[in-house]
Amino acid sequence: MPVSYFLVLSALLFSVGVYGVLARQNAVLVLLSVELMLNATNINLVAFSAFFQEAGVAGQVFALFVIAVAAAEVGIGLAIVILIFRNRQSVDVDEMSLMKW
Amino acid sequence: MAALAQEMIFWAVAAMMGIASIGVVTSRNVVHAALYLVGTLMGAAALYILLLAEFVAWVQVLVYVGAIVVLMLFGLMLTRAPIGKANFDNDQRLLSALTALAVFGVTSYIMVRAFEGQTIDLSRETGTLTASIGEVIFSTYVLPFEVVSVLLLAALVGAVVIARRD
Amino acid sequence: MIFALAEEATPGTVAGFATEYMWAVPLLPFLAAVIIGFFGRKMGGKEHYVGIFAVGAGLVMSLIAFAQLAGGNAAVEASYTWFRLDDSLELEFGMNYDFLTGVMFVVVTTISLLVHIYSTGYMHGDKRYTWFYAALSLFTGSMLFLVIANNLMQMFVGWELVGVCSYFLIGHYWEESPNSSAAIKAFITTRIGDVGFLFGIFVLFVATGTFDIIEINHLAEEGELGGSIATIGALLLFCGAVGKSAQVPLHVWLPDAMAGPTPVSALIHAATMVVAGVYLVARMFILFEHAGAALNVVAIVASITMLIAAALALVQDDIKRVLAYSTVSQLAYMMAALGVGAYTAGVFHLFTHAFFKALLFLGAGSLIHAVHSNNMSDMGGLRKYMPHTFKTFIIGSLALAGIFPLAGFFSKDEIVGEAFRAASEETQITAIIVFASAIITAFLTALYMTRACIKTFFGEYRGHGTPHESPPSMVVPLWILAGASLSVGLLGLPVVGPFADWINVPGETRHGFDTLYNIVLPLASVGIAVAAIWLGWVLFYKERRQVDILSTRFAWVYRLLENKYYLDDIYMGGIVRPVQYPLAAFAYWTNQHILDGIVNGTAHATVGAGQGVYGVIDQQVVDAGVNGAAGLTGFSGGLLRYIQTGNVQRYAAFLFIAIAAFVALFGLT
Repeated sequence: MPVSYFLVLSALLFSVGVYGVLARQNAVLVLLSVELMLNATNINLVAFSAFFQEAGVAGQVFALFVIAVAAAEVGIGLAIVILIFRNRQSVDVDEMSLMKW
Repeated sequence: MAALAQEMIFWAVAAMMGIASIGVVTSRNVVHAALYLVGTLMGAAALYILLLAEFVAWVQVLVYVGAIVVLMLFGLMLTRAPIGKANFDNDQRLLSALTALAVFGVTSYIMVRAFEGQTIDLSRETGTLTASIGEVIFSTYVLPFEVVSVLLLAALVGAVVIARRD
Repeated sequence: MIFALAEEATPGTVAGFATEYMWAVPLLPFLAAVIIGFFGRKMGGKEHYVGIFAVGAGLVMSLIAFAQLAGGNAAVEASYTWFRLDDSLELEFGMNYDFLTGVMFVVVTTISLLVHIYSTGYMHGDKRYTWFYAALSLFTGSMLFLVIANNLMQMFVGWELVGVCSYFLIGHYWEESPNSSAAIKAFITTRIGDVGFLFGIFVLFVATGTFDIIEINHLAEEGELGGSIATIGALLLFCGAVGKSAQVPLHVWLPDAMAGPTPVSALIHAATMVVAGVYLVARMFILFEHAGAALNVVAIVASITMLIAAALALVQDDIKRVLAYSTVSQLAYMMAALGVGAYTAGVFHLFTHAFFKALLFLGAGSLIHAVHSNNMSDMGGLRKYMPHTFKTFIIGSLALAGIFPLAGFFSKDEIVGEAFRAASEETQITAIIVFASAIITAFLTALYMTRACIKTFFGEYRGHGTPHESPPSMVVPLWILAGASLSVGLLGLPVVGPFADWINVPGETRHGFDTLYNIVLPLASVGIAVAAIWLGWVLFYKERRQVDILSTRFAWVYRLLENKYYLDDIYMGGIVRPVQYPLAAFAYWTNQHILDGIVNGTAHATVGAGQGVYGVIDQQVVDAGVNGAAGLTGFSGGLLRYIQTGNVQRYAAFLFIAIAAFVALFGLT
């Protein structure tokens, strides 16, 4: 199986995630897109782990850690979004532009 | 498994994941977007199994799909996400599309050029033993493991503190 | 012992152990001067011991070395190059220790030591005691340095050094302006001679390519120098000798130099510094011999000087001035001797004169110390109060007058004899003139010394208070010098005296015993001296007679002599004033207009430049730059702030674009 398939796929998922982060208005949807990006890197890692057999299971371990970090990040992210919603009654990212000139 | 079968499975799963991911970012219904994500994540799990990383696939399903997506849904609920159709795209869609295209183009080009013609050998009979992952985690990578544990603790405490009603 | 050794000695080739180290002898007094100068304050009243020790050690070494030299060891010449310019110019420190040097060393160190001891009494309580001794040691070292020099440049350095020390010491009592003026006069007058000296050195250097004395003499002897060059060089050198040894016309400084303390007069202006001129001529004698008419010029100048000075000595009231003019006259004797080719006689007279002239000066110092006045009109009848001074002074006077068997007799007689020989055998005109002058001067010398003795020691005391004899520190040197005056003459005994073996010009033969020269002429000179003493006694014992005869019959002579032939006035009005005032005015004008103009002009230019820089460069260029930079920053900031939309996704978009760009950049290149 050519390794480039997996790499292109991960690149594709990552790019789609980038689009989502930049284009979505709802904060939670932005977080969703971030998860998409993290997932794409995971695929990359595991693919390489299978490719470089001499590296053993390092890639997979890395992917596990990424998953753990992603989980933590989602928890915090959502806590922040909920707090913002509580204060501003809205999760519209465009409306949170206080730090402008 | 035969190489051909592997490829066919790959293409099928890949197609599904692609469509699902596009759905995540373009859907007008938040819940649909979340469910599309589930599809993407499940596809990823399938790929992990294909790549003989069974433990990772299992953890993926357990954590990502089971916990993270559920958490997202909770978030959507708590922030009174509109039910039904609504417009969730902001004004810079064009710029975003171009950026995403640029990123995709550059990274895929580089990676294809770097690993042109090289293949993954997936001809083993068994996948990666969980025991071996365990060994590695608790010997070579014990420090990152502990750090991630602390990170999770911090995230836990942080989330509680941030979202506390006082 | 020295006599015995000298008679059987032949010039050897081995240098004695002491002669090799004679370069240390000038160094010791220099060191002493430094020590006294720096640490003298802390020594209480004991700083004279440093000087005495240094000079005493020098004396001991000089005697030992001279004995070795006389005993047959060879003369020593050594040098150390300290500056060399390719092969064309070489300056060196050197020593040339031969008989002439040895004799000078003995003279300088002896007189210096006695003056050091004498000064402990004379200068007791003086407020610049320390500086006095430092200057004394410095002078001694400089004089020895001059004498031991083997090249003309070094001698010139020593020459100038002794001049400076003389300036310091003459001006010891500088609070009174006559004293400081006298010091300046001495320095400047000798300086005028020194210009000639320096040019003489240059001329000889150009002609021979070297400063080395032995070399120059040798070349002159060989005839390598052109006759006129040698003459010009020798005459220019003689200019320096004229200045330093107070010959006419540069003799005017020596009488005024008596403003210094008497020990200084004894050391510097009787025995050592003033003989530097004679020493120079003696050193360069071979050059002078082969320098055409140079020796004749020397003889003529000396003859004129000895007559003029002896006449002036006859009318002085200040006892030191009598002795000063006497010194000028005696120096002229030495020069005249050299002028007729009587090398040995001239140097021998230098040797003996040092002793009895120093004796006379120190004796005068003793008198002045007792009477607190320099003038003989304040003295009189002192033989009752100051017996030691009286006796030694008489001995010195007799020596000066040339009475057998004192030292002056032998040396003066030899000069007169040589002059007669040159006049009669070779019929040189100059020798005849010298002979005549010598005879007349001998007469005048005895005359004025008799006058001085009578006015000081005989008659009634004309001062106030009761004079008393001087302390032993002053009297003992007097007796030592008196002993020397009595004895050293024997060194120059004709036929048998060793002095001629030591000091001679190669080719000069010793004459055997000759009735004319060894009996008749000496008797004649003694007779002249005795006649002069008798005349003096007659004229001056009864003071009225002196006043009557001289001031009435020869009143114009008296006035002429009293005003020193109006020479000082001629110099002052004819040379000094015309130079001084216009020169000063010119210097002032130059200073005001040119120098000040330059300074002020520079200042104005600088100020103008400063203003220009400020106005143009600083205001417009630099400030424009700085303000422009600030303005540009503000302007661009004003534009760039629109990027801060506050929209996070906008920022993220830029971020990803940048990432894509970087990845492209690094990945594709």
